[in-house]
Amino acid sequence: MAETIISTDNLVKEYGELKAVNQLNLAIKKGEVYGLLGPNGAGKTTTILMLLGLTEPTSGTAQIKGFDATRDSIAIKRFTGYLPDQVGFYSQRTGRENLVYTAGLNGISAVEAAKKAVEVVELVGLTNVIDNKVKTYSKGMRQRLGLADVLIKEPEIIILDEPTIGIDPTGINEFLTLIRGLSKEQGITIMLSSHLLNQVQKICDRVGIFVKGSLLAEGSIEELAAELLAQKEIDLSVKVKDLSDQVIKKISALDEVIKVEKQENLLDEIYQYYFTGGEIDARL
Amino acid sequence: MPGFSNSFLVMVDKEISDHVKSWKFIIVVALILLTTFGSLYSILNIIRENAALINKGDNFLFLKLFTATDGNLPNFMTLISFLGPILGIALGFDLVNSERNRGTISRILAQPIPRDYFITSKFTAAVIVILLLVFSVGFLVMGMGLLSIGLPPTLGEFLRICIFLFLSTIYIAFWLSLGILFSIIFEQAATSALASLAIWLFFTVFYSMIVNIVAQSLSKNPFQINHLTVILSRLSPNYLYDELTTILLTPSIRTLGGLSFQQLQGAIPSALSLDQSLLLVWPHFTALIAASLICFAVAYLLFMRREVRA
Ligand SMILES: Nc1ncnc2c1ncn2[C@@H]1O[C@H](COP(=O)(O)OP(=O)(O)O)[C@@H](O)[C@H]1O
Ligand SMILES: [Mg+2]
Repeated sequence: MAETIISTDNLVKEYGELKAVNQLNLAIKKGEVYGLLGPNGAGKTTTILMLLGLTEPTSGTAQIKGFDATRDSIAIKRFTGYLPDQVGFYSQRTGRENLVYTAGLNGISAVEAAKKAVEVVELVGLTNVIDNKVKTYSKGMRQRLGLADVLIKEPEIIILDEPTIGIDPTGINEFLTLIRGLSKEQGITIMLSSHLLNQVQKICDRVGIFVKGSLLAEGSIEELAAELLAQKEIDLSVKVKDLSDQVIKKISALDEVIKVEKQENLLDEIYQYYFTGGEIDARL
Repeated sequence: MPGFSNSFLVMVDKEISDHVKSWKFIIVVALILLTTFGSLYSILNIIRENAALINKGDNFLFLKLFTATDGNLPNFMTLISFLGPILGIALGFDLVNSERNRGTISRILAQPIPRDYFITSKFTAAVIVILLLVFSVGFLVMGMGLLSIGLPPTLGEFLRICIFLFLSTIYIAFWLSLGILFSIIFEQAATSALASLAIWLFFTVFYSMIVNIVAQSLSKNPFQINHLTVILSRLSPNYLYDELTTILLTPSIRTLGGLSFQQLQGAIPSALSLDQSLLLVWPHFTALIAASLICFAVAYLLFMRREVRA
């Protein structure tokens, strides 16, 4: 069992009356890809900011590798890369200049920074545009530059906030594959937040479902699916080729099926639909 | 452990290069240079024409380069008192909010640096830029004066000018801090620029009017009115700076503000020595430094308490 590398202990953040994060207990293991899945306003960004010591918790603690996020945030930032949502660069400078600057802030010498910039840019596939000003970059390129910017400090942990926002679908897939690769090849622990299930599903080993500041469920996608399905009754509509009593009987015979209902008053329903929609079809 | 102060230098270095390459800086510098040359040209004309007259006795001819005027163009002293604040505001008004709007601030603060580096490096870099600019322009004026009148400054004059340039830097740093403060308070750079300029305008144009009205409403005694006016006026950084530089660069002026009979009695009409001048303006000196520091301290505290969210 791998050790826990990111953890929060009854973490709470209040903005006045609003509890943005409520009694959150997270435990993320070394080397895994963890997804924080939740709708907008769930408190994902707030949680991440507290992990990096960029905002102070109202109560509770957050720790990365045993360092307290509020007191030792500088130590944490030495081995933790953070890609904010809406990441920004100095747009009048080139990609290379931006990367070298970040390296400088991490205490990397200019010579080494130049070497590393080339490596990380290669990794994210921006080699051709490294000497163009960032203002000429597309959103997807900026996001990849953001990843390069995180990688240049050779982090052990990467935290990504909504990393796929604003990228086109093919770009998203490439980007997610890249992130997944970093974890599997270099053993980097990755935590990402997203409001899109299908993306989290694609690359995360474990997912936490986060709503209104609380963690509702946690586990691998399979576990989650099992858990959710076990609890809930789900209405399904089934398309059949040839509706007959035979078919209905067959479906009803399945153990998992609770009830089969034929939709009644189809015409009435259509009528209601039009009526509430403000239009009454002349045929009815 | 990789050097921490090292990353501070990296930040200061980047800020300086940002300033020097920015259009607003180039424009303000061009403005300062143009007006400086204009005023220098007219002053040199006056000095050349009236050299004999001006140079009667120990008249600090060299200081005249900074203080004389032909009535059309302002002298260098007035120029800095007028354009200095604009320089300070231009360098400061978008330092923090532009990084917030571009989303660079959260990326930078996610690096292993103390949070205050972000603001102190910006302040340091801008002050360095101002210091270099003020001294270069000042020495340029001295150099051109030296070339055209051929008379070197005395040591006293030289020191006075250096102190004047140093004070000008502090004065401009006050307006810089004000600009930085507003760049933290206001999200839009335009709002913060306007707010800073509004304060500048208030002190340059309206403040003296208000002071007069207040002083006159408080007292009927002309001496008291005068006294009140001076005291109230000194709450304005512009007034402090003007008084300071006037005393420093015009040694023949012996007292500040309203004179009382007691003060005038027994005064011998001779120039003040440098240490006498300094003694006279020492309170101004400390007040100006304090004003700049307080303004920066407020900006600093405000920044440290703000949450950083992209
Ligand atoms: N500075 C703030 N002041 C007040 N409320 C805030 C502040 N920042 C965030 N919130 C609120 O906290 C909640 C969580 O926000 P956030 O962490 O950004 O959500 P997410 O990233 O999951 O979309 C939201 O309801 C948001 O409105
Ligand atoms: Mg968010």
